[in-house]
Amino acid sequence: MSIEVKGLRKRFGGFQALDDVSFSVGQGELLALLGPSGSGKTTLLRIIAGLEHADAGTVLFDGHDAAARHPRERGVGFVFQHYALFRHMTVFENVAFGLRVRPRAERPVESEIRRKVNELLGLVQLDYLGSRYPSQLSGGQRQRVALARALAVEPKVLLLDEPFGALDARVRQELRRWLRRLHAEIHLTSVFVTHDQEEALELANRVVVMNEGRIEQDGTPDDVVEHPATPFVLNFLGQVNIFHGRVQDGTAWLGPLALEYPEHPHTEARTAAGYSRPHELDISRSDDGGGLWGTVSDVRMAGAVVKFELLDDQRSPIQVELGREQYAQIRAIIGESVYVKPRRVRVFMQEPGG
Amino acid sequence: MSVHSTDRRPSQPVRHLSEPPVVRWGLTAVALAFLALFLLLPLVTVFLEAFGHGVRAYLAAVAEPEALAALRLTLLAAAIAVPANLVFGVCAGWAITKFEFPGRNVLTTLIDLPFAVSPVIAGMVFVLLFGRQGFLGPWAAEHGVRIVFAVPGIVLATIFVSFPFVAREIIPVMEAAGTQEEEAARVLGAGGFQTFFRVTLPNIKWGLLYGGILSNARAMGEFGAVSVVSGKIRGLTNTLPLHVEILYNEYAFQAAFAVASLLTFLALVTLVVKTVVERRLGVASEETRPEAAVAGTG
Amino acid sequence: MSTAAASPSRRSLLPGFRLTMGFTLLYLCLIVIIPLMTLPVRSATMTWEALWGTVSDPRVVASYRLTIGASLVAASVNAVFGLIAAWVLVRYSFPGRRLVDSLVDLPFALPTAVAGITLTAIYAPNGWIGRFLEPYGIQVAFTRVGITLALIFIGLPFVVRTLQPVIEDLDVEVEEAATSLGATRFGVLTKVILPYLYPAWLTGFALAFARAIGEYGSVVFIAGNMPMRTEITPLLIITKLEQFDYAGATAIALVMLLMSFFLLLAINVLQGWTTRRLAN
Repeated sequence: MSIEVKGLRKRFGGFQALDDVSFSVGQGELLALLGPSGSGKTTLLRIIAGLEHADAGTVLFDGHDAAARHPRERGVGFVFQHYALFRHMTVFENVAFGLRVRPRAERPVESEIRRKVNELLGLVQLDYLGSRYPSQLSGGQRQRVALARALAVEPKVLLLDEPFGALDARVRQELRRWLRRLHAEIHLTSVFVTHDQEEALELANRVVVMNEGRIEQDGTPDDVVEHPATPFVLNFLGQVNIFHGRVQDGTAWLGPLALEYPEHPHTEARTAAGYSRPHELDISRSDDGGGLWGTVSDVRMAGAVVKFELLDDQRSPIQVELGREQYAQIRAIIGESVYVKPRRVRVFMQEPGG
Repeated sequence: MSVHSTDRRPSQPVRHLSEPPVVRWGLTAVALAFLALFLLLPLVTVFLEAFGHGVRAYLAAVAEPEALAALRLTLLAAAIAVPANLVFGVCAGWAITKFEFPGRNVLTTLIDLPFAVSPVIAGMVFVLLFGRQGFLGPWAAEHGVRIVFAVPGIVLATIFVSFPFVAREIIPVMEAAGTQEEEAARVLGAGGFQTFFRVTLPNIKWGLLYGGILSNARAMGEFGAVSVVSGKIRGLTNTLPLHVEILYNEYAFQAAFAVASLLTFLALVTLVVKTVVERRLGVASEETRPEAAVAGTG
Repeated sequence: MSTAAASPSRRSLLPGFRLTMGFTLLYLCLIVIIPLMTLPVRSATMTWEALWGTVSDPRVVASYRLTIGASLVAASVNAVFGLIAAWVLVRYSFPGRRLVDSLVDLPFALPTAVAGITLTAIYAPNGWIGRFLEPYGIQVAFTRVGITLALIFIGLPFVVRTLQPVIEDLDVEVEEAATSLGATRFGVLTKVILPYLYPAWLTGFALAFARAIGEYGSVVFIAGNMPMRTEITPLLIITKLEQFDYAGATAIALVMLLMSFFLLLAINVLQGWTTRRLAN
């Protein structure tokens, strides 16, 4: 099933949770809603599931307005961040719940329920735990039960709210790989919410980055990493150095750096900022253009990379990351002054008047 | 957790995820009718009956010497029982929550015991102990000490029935506070009593007040246990609740309700203070709200 | 040997274990244990036949029946309406909700003698409600119905107060999960919410029942106290005491005490169950 969201708005008291949000999810896609806390991503997911009402806007399932449909008729499987398992039921009964509460006419017979639940427990690799209670399971196991329970009703869409948020790093890694395989197998249209960029990039075919109730960017993982649409996306997806300056006559003047900027060929100057990730900067002892320099204040060996912190002439820090081999060539030490050469700078103009 | 809770502001759940309005209104009406019939109506009745013959009759009934004597005795019993129970509660709380020892659960169950015993039995055991045919009766008579059918018996019975309240409220609060703060104080060089008065007491003061109020309400209102040990000698061994009974049995209804209204007023004050303290406790520790007081007056 | 002598295994940095534990045990023994021990000790001096004769006397048996029966009915009424009241107080908002919530504790705070005379004044044939029932031949005061009403009053807060925190702690997401899995609101209530509440509900019922069994003050005024018909067991004990029949009173009290112990045990088991069921 495809989902289309058009112009959603939602306000909680004085807090604008969603502000004119539109996007669509194609059949079989695995989409990540990525953003910091308070960005409205969970609210968005809950509105799609029908657990929350939007103040304005529509949600279309396969082109049909879902507003009239009760959450239990939407064909949506929802996996909660804290699992929301039924504590008084065994794992088996948890998974069987959605089948047992069907109207009598549509309810499968007991043997069919057993077959189906066991099949799902097999799918989530928990078939040996059917008679346990949720309190006897680990976090990762509970999450998989929650998933099996959501899948039992054969939803047309799977919605997951911070599915791995409450788990420790190792289990999280494992479940991520597992969910990826599972999605490849059953190809169910899925949307998950996360504040972990790594998770979003690794798992999703498409990422929607949200901030303060608005969509900042909607694109493939590669898009948002390589071509961030806004400074926010750039900032949110990892560490970044900022160089302030202005653009004028097709050139960006950022401190000592002068870069071509054909997007603004006009004569009036506009404030702008350039952004470079630490690994997009090189260090050299000779000034071969640009003239940006800094004093090394810290060097840390961090596994495969070496992390430098430099202080420029304004004494504001610049972060640089070099590979081991590059580092072997330069071997800059603390206190030494070196030139910084950006291999790549992304320039964004500030809003006029901003 | 924080991610989750800030992302989704608290709001009323979607309408169709709650009961339909008709059901909501119906249930509210049923609940309110039930509570009005059993709580509000008796409350109103007490005051209407008390003032039924005018303010002058009311004042006369309340100011009657025997009523005043009963009031004095009630206050005396509470003034002894409540402090005694406070001291006990703090001691028991300290021993039970700050140390680990075998039989901890047995001890907490024993403290709850007076709640499980009928007030009539609570009074009766003191008659069996100190009465003329009692185990210690002959000894008491020899030494000229009157306990049963006298003030000491009333005080003892009052202590018995009001005894678990403080400990019961204090223990969960102290349990939740843990021992780290006290240990820190000790490491910083505080003495035992300094630690208690400067660290422990400020942490438990609301719980202590709460338990004290409940204990006091029970002490002043006790009927069954006191009735058994008192002998109901007018002006001597009569507490306010017993005085209400005597007046009622003499068909002095208006006077009975006038005295009862004093006790009802006390109950209302108890409820107000309880509500205020409960909110305080709620603010102080959202998680460790003391469980509902599970016993009342006898 | 005693628990006081055993030194605490941990947390020994803090002082005062011997002092506080010693005082606790002393106080507990003087006020509770020794007085309560008089009951079994006293009844041990009776012959088995005398003991059995007293507790199985038809008048006494009738009083058990009345006490237990009325207490069961009262606790059941409280279970039903207490559940509704607790749900309404936690889940719905209406003007005066906090006031009503505070008022629920009234039966804990109001002396039972006051409750007794007040309920009698309301339900006596010339009383506030009694006068409207009289023409239809319905008598409440001085009958078993009156006794049950008094027991409903004194047991009212138990079910409400044990259920309220459990309802407050219900995870809304669990209800949402059930809804999105296709359950109707009725299905959510009966299949998800009620099973969570069962242990606390039963605990509240048991507490109300235990309280009603021993109740005296609020019942004597409205009961009428007719032997074989409206005489509750606690009153029978007092009657025996007033006749200086200490042996008889002791025997009956022992039966009541055993009942209380059994109930206390049951309540403890129930509370353990509640904790376990609510454990995550």
